[in-house]
Amino acid sequence: MSTNEWPLWEVFIRSKQGLNHKHVGSLRAPDATLALENARDVYTRRSEGISIWVVESAHIHATDIDDVASFFEPSDTKIYRHPTFYEVPDGVKHM
Amino acid sequence: MTQAEQEIRFQEKIDREIKIEPNDWMPDEYRQTLIRQISQHAHSEVVGMLPEGNWITRAPNLRRKAVLLAKVQDEAGHGLYLYSAVETLGTSREQTIDDLHSGKAKYSSIFNYPALTWADIGTIGWLVDGAAIMNQVALCRTSYGPYARAMVKICKEESFHQRQGYESLTKLCNGTPQQKAMAQDAMNRFWWPALMMFGPSDADSTHSDQSIKWKIKRFTNDELRQNFVDATVAQAEILGLTIPDPNLKWNEARGHYDFSEINWDEFWQVVKGNGPCNKERLAARVKAKEEGAWVREAASAFAKKRDMKKSA
Amino acid sequence: MQESALFEYVLRLSDDSLILGQRLGEWCGHGPILEEDIALTNISLDLIGQAISLYDFAAELEGKGRNHDQLAYLRYENEYKNVLLVEQPNGDFAMTILRQFFFDAFRLPLYEALMQSPVAQLAAIAAKSVKETRYHLKHTSEWVIRMGDGTEESHQRAQAAIDHLWRFTNELFYEDANDHTLQAEQKVPTMAHIQTQWMATVTSVLQEATLEIPKNNWKFDGGREGRHSEHMGYLLSDLQYMQRAYPNMEW
Repeated sequence: MSTNEWPLWEVFIRSKQGLNHKHVGSLRAPDATLALENARDVYTRRSEGISIWVVESAHIHATDIDDVASFFEPSDTKIYRHPTFYEVPDGVKHM
Repeated sequence: MTQAEQEIRFQEKIDREIKIEPNDWMPDEYRQTLIRQISQHAHSEVVGMLPEGNWITRAPNLRRKAVLLAKVQDEAGHGLYLYSAVETLGTSREQTIDDLHSGKAKYSSIFNYPALTWADIGTIGWLVDGAAIMNQVALCRTSYGPYARAMVKICKEESFHQRQGYESLTKLCNGTPQQKAMAQDAMNRFWWPALMMFGPSDADSTHSDQSIKWKIKRFTNDELRQNFVDATVAQAEILGLTIPDPNLKWNEARGHYDFSEINWDEFWQVVKGNGPCNKERLAARVKAKEEGAWVREAASAFAKKRDMKKSA
Repeated sequence: MQESALFEYVLRLSDDSLILGQRLGEWCGHGPILEEDIALTNISLDLIGQAISLYDFAAELEGKGRNHDQLAYLRYENEYKNVLLVEQPNGDFAMTILRQFFFDAFRLPLYEALMQSPVAQLAAIAAKSVKETRYHLKHTSEWVIRMGDGTEESHQRAQAAIDHLWRFTNELFYEDANDHTLQAEQKVPTMAHIQTQWMATVTSVLQEATLEIPKNNWKFDGGREGRHSEHMGYLLSDLQYMQRAYPNMEW
């Protein structure tokens, strides 16, 4: 029976024009059409969205937990990428 | 890193209030505790649809019918959010549900009590959802990320559940003598089962200490139960309903209400399957799954055919 | 006289929505999978919402001071004017979906036409309901296609549901003197027009689903005149239980 379980889908919703689609959860559906319809009924019952993306969970690639240090820590030391790194004389406005 | 070192690092994260996410290292027992607790919670939502669902066709007016439909539908949604949280721990929804159907997994015993009158619907909203919310608000800060996020969403949606129940009871309590009596009768039947919803007393709770240390649980069963009693007494007074406990009284020294000992024999009997509706509830869920099998298979078969056509 | 014709017309629409909404409500908690449980309940909620708006309007037209609940709950069986199709029992998922599909395929063109009605309130209710109905038809069509072209079992079940329900479909296009009065005033569309669109939708979806339209075209009616099937009494016993057992109380 387990082989017949519908695949898992991840659901992303744009709550209003101008904002990104944001991950809200997952659900089970047999295909993309019904995944969208199910997402509409499960995740937008209270007007939470104006656009939905669904992606089969199996198609999502994620960073490996073991790579966290090499992936993300090197950027921690590059503080010159942030505006607060720079000094601006008093009196300079709108910068 | 050795197992012991990983466990230390894990506990440090928990202590620093850093959420645990699905791919993070976690002790096996933490994972198993979560699977057990979240799936039990999910099953409670889904089994909880049944007692209330049986009043949808008999709701006394169209507004109440719509409210009840929307509420029971929310329970389905909440079950689904929680099953999804369990899936992040590596257990599929079907496995989780099979554990319920085989009797291996539990759900909240409250749903093994029957909903006999329309007043029960209001009372379930007020007391049962009230007790559940007490628990769920605490769980919004639980240490496992997907569980905490599901709880935040659930709490937001549940806020109308308790209110609609209380509102419905307000109508009954301000209505005719028959309506008032109906409300009191529901109160008499649901008060003690509602208190049992917080689980065994701390002295008998096997999982409590470790769960608190891991911040899966933030408060003990008895703490939450006490909070619930303290919050509910005044609400009952406003309705003019009597709480069926002669020993209920304010204790100035403790700053809390004292109340009678729960009938733990009844609690354990119902947990073990001997409540008024255990068999019916489980049978209804098994039936829905079995009768839905051909539907799920049909959709899978169709999807496969379409995929083959596309790739041909 | 005209008001009473319109009252009767709106009452029929209301009763269709209420009775079908009531039937779908029985599924809540028993669906084949949680996602579909939620979907069926959504349709039920839309129908109950439509029924409330329609009964409110009907009550206004009637002018006897009744409200939507009194219309929905406190009539005798022969005063309900819904078509027989909507009161048929849920049966299996195939029966429920096919019943809904036949109804949606009828309601959509009807609401689209009613949006043009000079009766402003009716046009407004139609404009709101048409969006809901369009979604219902999309959802039920998807399922008809999946069942028809899914497994052998699902195909058989879907075909059996069609064969069973087909005899109730002609009544959707029932017309009597009441309708003719309103049609002459161009307040409501003729049913022939709606039936053509219904047939086009049904033909194309069933074709894609590899399902057959029954050859036997015998059909009967009665619901619009208040003559119902044996199922209706049971449905009303549930629906009216509280109002009959505890009369004149507020809930």
